[in-house]
Amino acid sequence: MTHAAASDTHASHEGQAHPIRLYLTCWGFLFVLSAASYMVDYAQLQGALRWSLILIFMVLKAGLIVAVFMHMAWERLALVYAILLPPLAALVFMGIMLAESDYTLQSRTTYLSGDPDLAVTREGGHE
Amino acid sequence: MTDATAHRSPPRPSGLEGVAADWASDQRAFKTASWGKAMMWIFLLSDTFVFAIFLISYMSARSSTEVEWPNASEVFALHVGQTELPLLLIAIMTFVLISSSGTMAMAVNFAYARNRRRTAQLMFATAALGALFVGMQAFEWTKLISEGVRPWGNPWGAEQFGATFFMITGFHGTHVSFGVLFLLIVANKVRKGEFDSGRRTWLCREKGDYEAVEIMGLYWHFVDLVWVFIFAFFYLW
Repeated sequence: MTHAAASDTHASHEGQAHPIRLYLTCWGFLFVLSAASYMVDYAQLQGALRWSLILIFMVLKAGLIVAVFMHMAWERLALVYAILLPPLAALVFMGIMLAESDYTLQSRTTYLSGDPDLAVTREGGHE
Repeated sequence: MTDATAHRSPPRPSGLEGVAADWASDQRAFKTASWGKAMMWIFLLSDTFVFAIFLISYMSARSSTEVEWPNASEVFALHVGQTELPLLLIAIMTFVLISSSGTMAMAVNFAYARNRRRTAQLMFATAALGALFVGMQAFEWTKLISEGVRPWGNPWGAEQFGATFFMITGFHGTHVSFGVLFLLIVANKVRKGEFDSGRRTWLCREKGDYEAVEIMGLYWHFVDLVWVFIFAFFYLW
């Protein structure tokens, strides 16, 4: 009885034994991806292409680190969900703040753009 | 021994059914992760929110200002000889941090193989790379401060640039610094063979229990992970 329990804890101690080549490959990919995202800046890419490349390389790098280096790929789904789902709330918050900053910018350009006449006429137009 | 239900429970289902089963009542939710590891993950989750909120505040500051945001590519450029290389220092810092993550991952691997010498060596290498990173960050801060960047203004554009820069990189640098400190402590314990002594300590439950190295590694990889996001959003965007 105790033996079964002991081997269970034992297994959890040695659960993360992977071939060293796996880590080296992951390391290599991270280097390539970092170089690629640096090249995005070096080549002075602009617009949607720049942003999408930055995001793609970022997500790939983050995924490699979490899955391989932090061993998330070998954890049980109960832990994976408990850790990886809550940050989605931050994405929602990001969306809210994006709308909010849009509104802030609008009122700044309308009322605080340094051109007093503009602000007055805008206000006047409102009345 | 550690868990009264572990040996009596039927075979564990996987997939979504496994999630429901693991979270069901009156048992430990994280079957294969020890408490130490689960708690580190939950700490890292809370830290994720801290950095997420920093980046979100940076986003709202940047997208709500009328003034042009300073071009990071030029601000962080370095002169090498006659040519100006954009973001060079930041790129080197990125590679240093990724390398430290690589050495850390291998240290964890050698720890589970009970290779004490290699584990300690790789952890000391990780700490050295981390210290190098902090050193380069100090150089970067010095350079920017001497060029007139302050939390309330800078010579190139939107005033919020300095505040967000010092806040985000400063908080990340603090994380790296504490990580280096803890790496040195754990590495020294590995070197002295404390995990093989059979003595029960707060880091070690039994003889040959090297899980503390993996938990340390989780923290270190997280610091690298945060840098991935800072690099993308603050320096490249």
